[in-house]
Amino acid sequence: MIKTDASARPVVEMTGITVEIDGTTVLHDVGLRLFAGEIHALMGGNGAGKSSLVKALTGAYRIDAGEVRIAGEPVSLAGPAEAEGAGVAAAFQDVDLCGNLSIAENVMIGHEERRWYGISWGATRRRAEAVLDELGLGDLDPRLAVHELPPAMQQLVAIARAMVTHPKVLVLDEPTSSLDADEVATLFRALRRLREHGVAILFVSHFLEQVYAISDRITVLRDGRGQGEYPTRELDRVVLISKMIGKDLAELRRIGSERRAHRADPTGAPVYRAVGVGRRGEFEATDFELHRGEVVGLGGLRGSGRSEFGQLLAGVARRDSGTIEIDGRTVALPNPAAALRHRIAFASEDRRDGGIIEELSVRDNIVLALQAMRGWARPISRAERDGLVDRFMESLAIVAPGPEAPARRLSGGNQQKVLLARWLATRPHVLVLDEPTRGVDIGAKVEIQARIAKMARDGVAVVFISSELDEVVRLSDRIAILKDRRKIGEVSNGPGLSVDTIIEMIAADDDDDA
Amino acid sequence: MSTGARTSWLRELVRKPFFWGLVAIVALLVLNVLKDPNYLAISYDPETGRLVGNVVDILRASAPILMIAVGMSLVIATGGIDLSVGSVMAVSGAVAMVLMKDAGDSGSVLVALGAIGLALLISAVLGAVNGVLVAYVGLQPFISTLIMMLAGRGIAKVITEGQNTSASNEPFRWIANGFLIGLPVVFLLAIAIAIVVGLVVRRSALGLMIEAIGINPKASRMAGIKPNGLLLTVYILSGVLAGVAGIMSVGTVMTVDVSRTGYQMELDAILAVVIGGTSLSGGKFSIGGAVVGGLLIATLDKTIVFLGISSSATPAFKAIVIVVLCLLQSQRVRSWFVQRRKPPRASAAPSAVPSEKPQQKQEVTA
Repeated sequence: MIKTDASARPVVEMTGITVEIDGTTVLHDVGLRLFAGEIHALMGGNGAGKSSLVKALTGAYRIDAGEVRIAGEPVSLAGPAEAEGAGVAAAFQDVDLCGNLSIAENVMIGHEERRWYGISWGATRRRAEAVLDELGLGDLDPRLAVHELPPAMQQLVAIARAMVTHPKVLVLDEPTSSLDADEVATLFRALRRLREHGVAILFVSHFLEQVYAISDRITVLRDGRGQGEYPTRELDRVVLISKMIGKDLAELRRIGSERRAHRADPTGAPVYRAVGVGRRGEFEATDFELHRGEVVGLGGLRGSGRSEFGQLLAGVARRDSGTIEIDGRTVALPNPAAALRHRIAFASEDRRDGGIIEELSVRDNIVLALQAMRGWARPISRAERDGLVDRFMESLAIVAPGPEAPARRLSGGNQQKVLLARWLATRPHVLVLDEPTRGVDIGAKVEIQARIAKMARDGVAVVFISSELDEVVRLSDRIAILKDRRKIGEVSNGPGLSVDTIIEMIAADDDDDA
Repeated sequence: MSTGARTSWLRELVRKPFFWGLVAIVALLVLNVLKDPNYLAISYDPETGRLVGNVVDILRASAPILMIAVGMSLVIATGGIDLSVGSVMAVSGAVAMVLMKDAGDSGSVLVALGAIGLALLISAVLGAVNGVLVAYVGLQPFISTLIMMLAGRGIAKVITEGQNTSASNEPFRWIANGFLIGLPVVFLLAIAIAIVVGLVVRRSALGLMIEAIGINPKASRMAGIKPNGLLLTVYILSGVLAGVAGIMSVGTVMTVDVSRTGYQMELDAILAVVIGGTSLSGGKFSIGGAVVGGLLIATLDKTIVFLGISSSATPAFKAIVIVVLCLLQSQRVRSWFVQRRKPPRASAAPSAVPSEKPQQKQEVTA
């Protein structure tokens, strides 16, 4: 499968790449080599610099130091047009197609066949057909509108568009993030075809098993620095994960041994029980239970379906299979409003988009969910509202110019606390927290963690989602381990459990579903 | 210190969303006074107990615009728009007129109430159709209400069989032409309704929820707000208020002209809302601002007539006034002004700094 050897010259050779954005260095002295006819995976955690490196390669970011050679020639990639001219094409994470245009138009946009009289749509469509055929999509009617296609086909159309210029290098940023297993297989067939034609493919993905299924070599990034380049077959999964999260195995074990004994085994009947809850393409049907006063962590890497699972549990995303029981009674949970009535609250990881309402005051943001629970006709009295807001602003130490200030003016950590206050005000029995400590400073992080522990002591059942595994291990009584959008197991927390136990479980479960 | 306090007070006033609307009303009145120094004169007619004057006329003419502007401001706050208000006015007027014409009895309060009740009921139904299309079917508000805008005129024509329909009913006429404590009933009614709507919206949690879904529908949904019922309510309210505006509008002449009643009034309402400082992208709204905007539109209409601007130039004049207002309100234009003001300040700063610093220290220690 690997046609490259040490003597072959790489198609792309990036050395010493340093990129600064607004004064912060997002890439320090990073190198990347791509060979013709290989699929090269770029791995790294959140904020590791994967996207920055892709943008440096496709000309979207200016390189502050370092050199890019394509086919041995030093090139300057001042913009996407130069990158395209140098033979680098890309298809990005968010499929940026025009849904109302046809497949042919999307594929050929910017490269229409021109004649003396203008665009020849016939010739344009024939060339689109040829490009689609190269990807094994010869049976696709290029006249169909793109929005009629399933997501995987749209992704392939995006790739076809990138292939129009016959690039030497194809960059795919998270191409599989919205695809299910069958669709991934379709995509991979197309990628293998391109590899046979000698294209160098850079594959950026969070999905561990997909990377192992398709890639020939792996470059690992962490915190904007290169962590080495490895042949995929020689890189153990545990080693890869420890390189991605930046802790060597010995250190991971040390953190684990510091853990104190976990608090309580669940007793009595569960307050919350999900049976076979799942959604096609998002999360495999799963059983899940929660007891009073319990913190259950969702352990998994990015893209393992943590948020999706949390949303399904809380009724924020609609499940297409399974039943949910609360205190033994089956409930429907068609929307967040119904979930709140059953005292299930979900705090979104997306503070901007799914949480804070920026133009509204801190006070309104805090009372919003409680008010929604009561309905518009029963407004919370001024005295009750002010008492509530004052109490939460004090107990969570929310730093704001005042309760009247628009929430937009607060720092990220304080916005996060405002959201926590919003959900606590509803007195939830079950609280799903998706990345409640993301992007907040260490002080706020500790306060939020302490608050979560206190909630559990008060009897709330908490589902805790975090990309920081040590945080999950520290807080949780029990950890559900997720991988590639399904739950692969559950472990009770205890002295023997550490971050690397979880990593080993994730790495060990290597049945290939890609 | 005193100059500083004054500028901050001024800045506070300038920041009010409808400040420039108030300025424009004053400017238009000044323009009229320049043409006729007695423009603002108000006389009291002891026989009828009425105040008489141009300003009173403006207040009376503003009533229907106020009604649809109040409804429109709520719809726009949810991130939508209601283009059908002008047509709903025509339907409402047509229903009332036809009913009163058929009933005949020109002195009956009961007939007037029946006409108003049925007109408002039909308006509510049309508003509900808009609301269902937007909230439950998921059509874009622009399209849903555009359909109703076209359909409404058709419905009005069907009701009146295509004829301009007149009727006589004293109690009904009184609403549009009567006076109470010296002021036009129609204006008092409009202000009362605006206040009631404002109170209901602000005293209940309706206003908060409308703003929340207008600013961030996704986050609002996650906070447990169910947008469908709210949207339906808001479009029904807009329909009912348009119905009230229709009754006010046809009551003045006791005739419904199905092709002229409420014609292009939706545009006046949208302008009134924008002048009142509610963003067309939804979110924060101001009923008070919509009232100021409505008053400005009425003042503008009367001024155009008073200044004798030819009817062919009327739209251009209106457009100029409104473009200037929108420019004054736009964030970008304001920031230009701020930037222009800054350089002289910056050049003056070095000399000012030494003298200011000791003062500040004194303040801190004191």
